[in-house]
Amino acid sequence: MRTDGIGTADAARAGGKGRGGRRRGGVEWLLPALFAVAVVSMGFGHYPLSPAAVLDVLWSALVGAPSAQPPAVENVVLAVRLPRVLAAMLVGASLAAAGAAYQTLFRNPLASPAILGVSAGAGFGAALAMLLYGSALAVQGAAFAGGLCAVGAAMFVAGRLGNGSALVLVLAGLVVSALFQALTSALKYVADPTDTLPAIVFWLLGSLGRVGMSDLAWAAPFALLGLSVLFLLRWPTQVLEAGDDEARTLGIPVGALRIVLIVAATLMTAAAVSISGIVGWVGLLVPHLARLLVGPAYGTLLPASALLGAGYLLLVDGLCRSAFAAELPLGIVTAVLGAPVFVVILAKARRQWS
Amino acid sequence: MVLKVEGLICRRMPGQPPVLAGIDLALGAGEILCLLGPNGSGKTTLLQCLIGALSFERGCVRIEGETEASSRRLALQLAYVPQAAGDSALALLDVVLMGRTPHMPPLALPSREDERLAYEALARVGIERLAEHPFNRVSGGERQLALIARALAQRTRLLVMDEPTASLDLGNQARVLRTIRELAADGMSVLVTTHQPEHAFLLGARVAAMTGGRIAAAGAAREVLCARTLSDLYATPVDVVEHAGIPSACVPRL
Repeated sequence: MRTDGIGTADAARAGGKGRGGRRRGGVEWLLPALFAVAVVSMGFGHYPLSPAAVLDVLWSALVGAPSAQPPAVENVVLAVRLPRVLAAMLVGASLAAAGAAYQTLFRNPLASPAILGVSAGAGFGAALAMLLYGSALAVQGAAFAGGLCAVGAAMFVAGRLGNGSALVLVLAGLVVSALFQALTSALKYVADPTDTLPAIVFWLLGSLGRVGMSDLAWAAPFALLGLSVLFLLRWPTQVLEAGDDEARTLGIPVGALRIVLIVAATLMTAAAVSISGIVGWVGLLVPHLARLLVGPAYGTLLPASALLGAGYLLLVDGLCRSAFAAELPLGIVTAVLGAPVFVVILAKARRQWS
Repeated sequence: MVLKVEGLICRRMPGQPPVLAGIDLALGAGEILCLLGPNGSGKTTLLQCLIGALSFERGCVRIEGETEASSRRLALQLAYVPQAAGDSALALLDVVLMGRTPHMPPLALPSREDERLAYEALARVGIERLAEHPFNRVSGGERQLALIARALAQRTRLLVMDEPTASLDLGNQARVLRTIRELAADGMSVLVTTHQPEHAFLLGARVAAMTGGRIAAAGAAREVLCARTLSDLYATPVDVVEHAGIPSACVPRL
């Protein structure tokens, strides 16, 4: 504990920003930046396009006028890349926002959206549907339901064990995750190694390669609903950082708020994972990146995380489909990039945590 | 009476002996009540019952005449100052702004007026210059003052403090005690737990000495805290000596 006197504190310490320099800047510019990244990344791929051509096609489609671009270009932009880019933004924003919410809710910088078992449950649901030769829609539905079931099971176990503490909930999530991962392994073990097994493995690695507009239409309402709930509750969520008892004495219904936040974050994560497969690291890493940019206050951290997450996954997915001749699975690239980036962030953030 | 506690009985575990075995307390406007007692005597449990973190078996807690207030209503009547632990990286002003929560409409963010009041609360405890400093980068004394400021921003008439001087150096202890005395002089009622009997003397407070979940003695500090009571309370020889007109408790030998 520091013991220097109250009167001797150096006002210049810790950067001593004046009132004018409050850390409240910095979220607004992320929106146009995200749009620019989206347009540029629609040019990525086997058929490279200039941002101008992309903008031309998008604008024409928006106003309903014929564009100056050849029909093949229009087709690539509108039918192939637009759904994929929208999906990348939706999945990235959902995972990063859910991660920011969980890190604040559990007061743990290592919390990720998967901490209560949603990814493990979704993986099991998807694998089961594939084993039963379900349609693509069935796989999505089963992944979504599996994710919800896993988190429901974790909350049930934590509720039974008792005192409503966040730590018990996290431990329950760990147990449920392990169980569903084991069940998924069992399904892989019995799956036909010529077709079903590769399909399961590929799904678990994550990809946006097969996302169409219909998939988006199914996942977007859940993701946007979850995002809105998290956004509307950003002040009470920030107050949770004071501690459970303290937040209660500040008038926050802690138990109810925690359940609403978990349900919202689970809905959006399950919806995201159901169209993309398991994409790790985004929900853990992006909130830390956002913290470096806009500071620790959750009110700004949440929107910053969502926008950065959208941009991050856009870039990573662009890399996946253009870096090599064959497309790379998204989950592998987010992990391979995520690990070193996380180390860099840890090094930068060390001063804040120590 | 701002706070009235009657016959409070509380068990941590069903079937076990109660941690609080019938507590009666009363606190009027502008009064300071020091809660003393050895470790495990039930001070923390009592505070948790008061702030609504723990439900009790029997008895009643009345704050400004009301019982069973909702958490939001309670937050308008009672402000709680925890021990200054925590490693939040939020700026002090953001920490103090949390105190405005019960006054804000649901789903709203703090307004300019809330920010002004939070700033005012920081100024009230004398650390407004640290408004933009991260909570985990200021000293323990400054953290404690910031948490007092957060409670002041709540604009309640009752302040409940859990060992506000624990782990502070002498200078910071004096500053925190002075702040408490000034707040009481302004009409605030303060319930404060402490392990240091001399703080009760310095504050000129009433005391309640707890042991085994009961109140063993209550009254003005000078009347209650004699060498005999203190020795019994802490099960070790304690002397009370007077210096500059103010008594102080000390352990004469080991």
